[in-house]
Amino acid sequence: MKIGIVVFPGSNCDMDVHYVFRKVLHTNTEFIWHKHNNLQDYDAIILPGGFTYGDRLRAGVIAAFSPVMKEVKRLATEGKPILGICNGFQILVESGLLPGAFMKNDSLKFVCKWINITVETNRTPFTYGLKLNHQISIPVANQEGRFFADPKTLKTLELNNQIIFKYHNDNPNGSVNAIAGISNMKGNVVGIMPHPERASENILNPFGNNDAILIFKSLLDYMDEQK
Amino acid sequence: MKRYLVNVIIENKPYVNDPEGETILKDLIAGRDYQSVKSVRTAKMLNIIIETNDRKEAEDIVKKLCDELRIYNPVVSNCKVEVVDIVQVKN
Repeated sequence: MKIGIVVFPGSNCDMDVHYVFRKVLHTNTEFIWHKHNNLQDYDAIILPGGFTYGDRLRAGVIAAFSPVMKEVKRLATEGKPILGICNGFQILVESGLLPGAFMKNDSLKFVCKWINITVETNRTPFTYGLKLNHQISIPVANQEGRFFADPKTLKTLELNNQIIFKYHNDNPNGSVNAIAGISNMKGNVVGIMPHPERASENILNPFGNNDAILIFKSLLDYMDEQK
Repeated sequence: MKRYLVNVIIENKPYVNDPEGETILKDLIAGRDYQSVKSVRTAKMLNIIIETNDRKEAEDIVKKLCDELRIYNPVVSNCKVEVVDIVQVKN
């Protein structure tokens, strides 16, 4: 089993995700430069957070045109698990792998704080081992984190069980319906706005809860099951 | 070939709220002597200089690149392309 973490110019959470998979979960994990165009060897792909291309034009849009994204799209069609975290989520939206759009936070400020999210479905590889309504303590850090989808798209997301995580009580960026994470129709491509890699060990969490690691553990359990 | 200045204006669709425009109206304009101002919406503008045979070609190429390279996100934004003027080339 091999996990690939795509590194774009301006990614800055790549090392954290790598650390969690390698040191905490003891999983074979490699970095993939965004100019790479063959991902055949990887069983799952993570697009980490950061500020690719300095968020110029719009968060994630320039990275969405990187050579590696053609291959990420191919893997998505094959049904391989793909997770976009924060800026990675924005890249998935800009590349058309996930619906909707991201806009500047309601407050127009960069928001960096601990919040809680709830698990809305466990049908994806990244929520496979989680119970419905399970609350996860996790930090958000974004400026263009306001998820938006028109009413028709929202209805489709709800009907197909594509809303994966919601903000609990505190909606830090004004996302529509408090959405913190969605998936594609199939469920193998997931985007999450908060940062599970920053909450995967007790020492990182002021509330002594490291449940965010269950998102990554779910992936490993799911892949074991698929074998 | 002529050089044209083309403006690309990217603005939020009417149903998408615009907190920046709302703040400019609420906290800067309203409460001063500009009661006639009813709404402010912000937008982003790109000035593109392009060399083509005519205005139509300039407009078509810029429209195509805006769509293909996602210069705007069609979920939340509209995009207007206006050929403004011929740019003088200094020799």
